[in-house]
Amino acid sequence: MSNYPTDLKYTKDHEWAKKAGSNVVVGVTFHAQDALGAVVYVELPKVGTVVKAHASFGVIESTKAVSELFAPISGKVVKVNDSVTANPGAVNDDPYAAWLIEVEPSAAAEFDALLDHPTYVKSLEAAH
Amino acid sequence: MTRSTPLNAAHRKLGGRMVDFAGWDMPVQYVGVLQEHELVRTSVGLFDVSHMGEIEFKGPGALEEANRLITNDLSKAVDGQALYAGLLNEKGTFVDDVVAYRFSPEHIFICVNASNADKDFAWMHENAKKVKPVNRSNDYAQIAVQGPRGFALVQKLCGKSLEGVGTYRFTTGEVAGIPCIISRTGYTGEDGFELYCPPDKAEALWYALLEAGKDVGAAPAGLGARDSLRTEMKYALYGNDIDDAHTPLEAGLGWIVKLDKPDFIGKSVLVAQKAAGVPRKLVGFELTQPGIPRSHYPILKDGEKVGEVTSGTMGPSIKKAVGIGYVPTALSAEGSTFDVEIRGRPVAARVVKTPFYKKA
Repeated sequence: MSNYPTDLKYTKDHEWAKKAGSNVVVGVTFHAQDALGAVVYVELPKVGTVVKAHASFGVIESTKAVSELFAPISGKVVKVNDSVTANPGAVNDDPYAAWLIEVEPSAAAEFDALLDHPTYVKSLEAAH
Repeated sequence: MTRSTPLNAAHRKLGGRMVDFAGWDMPVQYVGVLQEHELVRTSVGLFDVSHMGEIEFKGPGALEEANRLITNDLSKAVDGQALYAGLLNEKGTFVDDVVAYRFSPEHIFICVNASNADKDFAWMHENAKKVKPVNRSNDYAQIAVQGPRGFALVQKLCGKSLEGVGTYRFTTGEVAGIPCIISRTGYTGEDGFELYCPPDKAEALWYALLEAGKDVGAAPAGLGARDSLRTEMKYALYGNDIDDAHTPLEAGLGWIVKLDKPDFIGKSVLVAQKAAGVPRKLVGFELTQPGIPRSHYPILKDGEKVGEVTSGTMGPSIKKAVGIGYVPTALSAEGSTFDVEIRGRPVAARVVKTPFYKKA
């Protein structure tokens, strides 16, 4: 399953998370963008916004569907990928390059509790 | 129970992503909505629209009977002409929107929406006086061949010249050796045909069209592209933009209502509404701030709800977030401004000229 990098953490809501120093970068998975279809709109929080694990931090819309983005972890948004809001199709082109936000975690243990690669991939297979 | 068209196996084989649409198992896309939309705007795409219903009136008085049920005037059409029309109830609101084909004064063929086919047939049957309708929905598959290269593609497979078949005209003949009603109609804003054929020949016709269109990249397109294409044209979709709560005059479809006809169901209400003026109108608008309008989002003026979005999308060809919705008549003129409430926030919108998409 090359569509799911082994060095990432995942959520059941189809977000991925990756450590960047002490911060965590967040995006949506291949499965998420594939299920949505052509992504045409992405709404992200402002830098400084506090996000909460499992709570909505933004919205992603395809031609047909509106879907909420759920934060894998709690913390403060320190970076926002404005190039994705300007060019939402980047999420379809490469969902792992098209990161959405970078978060300064407030509870480090939340990251460790995320799904690892084999567990996430297994959950996708089970859903089929 | 989910129903499937004669092309169901072909859709699955060609990678169609199947969804339930009005009780039918239909492809929403094959490779992607945007690609399929673009293909129809620039070359030619094939849509399976076999789920649509067909109802026929035949025999002496067929035209008069059908004409009393619809808003447009078949008596002013010629044989071989199709008319877009409303099928209304006594309140003057939509039972459905239909395309009525005049084969002859004794043979009228009406194409209706899939979701309404049974309701329409019951309504027509109940209200027909002398000539009773026949439900032919199971006797036809339908393939829409749409795009600037649609004409040439069908012509390539058809022995007789189709040059004389103008827009909203139709003929009968063989396409790839299969007997068809060949109709120069569509729901995309592009040239092309809608081909009605026997269900057991639909798959052969489908593959013949794909094969013959290979050189111009002909490919199947799904319901997703069909919706974005029609939205860019502001073509109404029953259940979204028109329904039994709105009249054709409110929907901006006065051109399909012939009030000089002797009578049709709903006429008296429309005559009165025309005299009094419509209270609300279906308009096309674009957002002037980021966001995408979606069906059922509230339309606000000065913070008060004054209407509702009925359709909306990010138009792939126009590259703009556009929507359709009912607003009070005072807010319906081009340039009028209001807000669309998106996730609790007002987003500015402006009424624009439609269709949203105009050929370059």
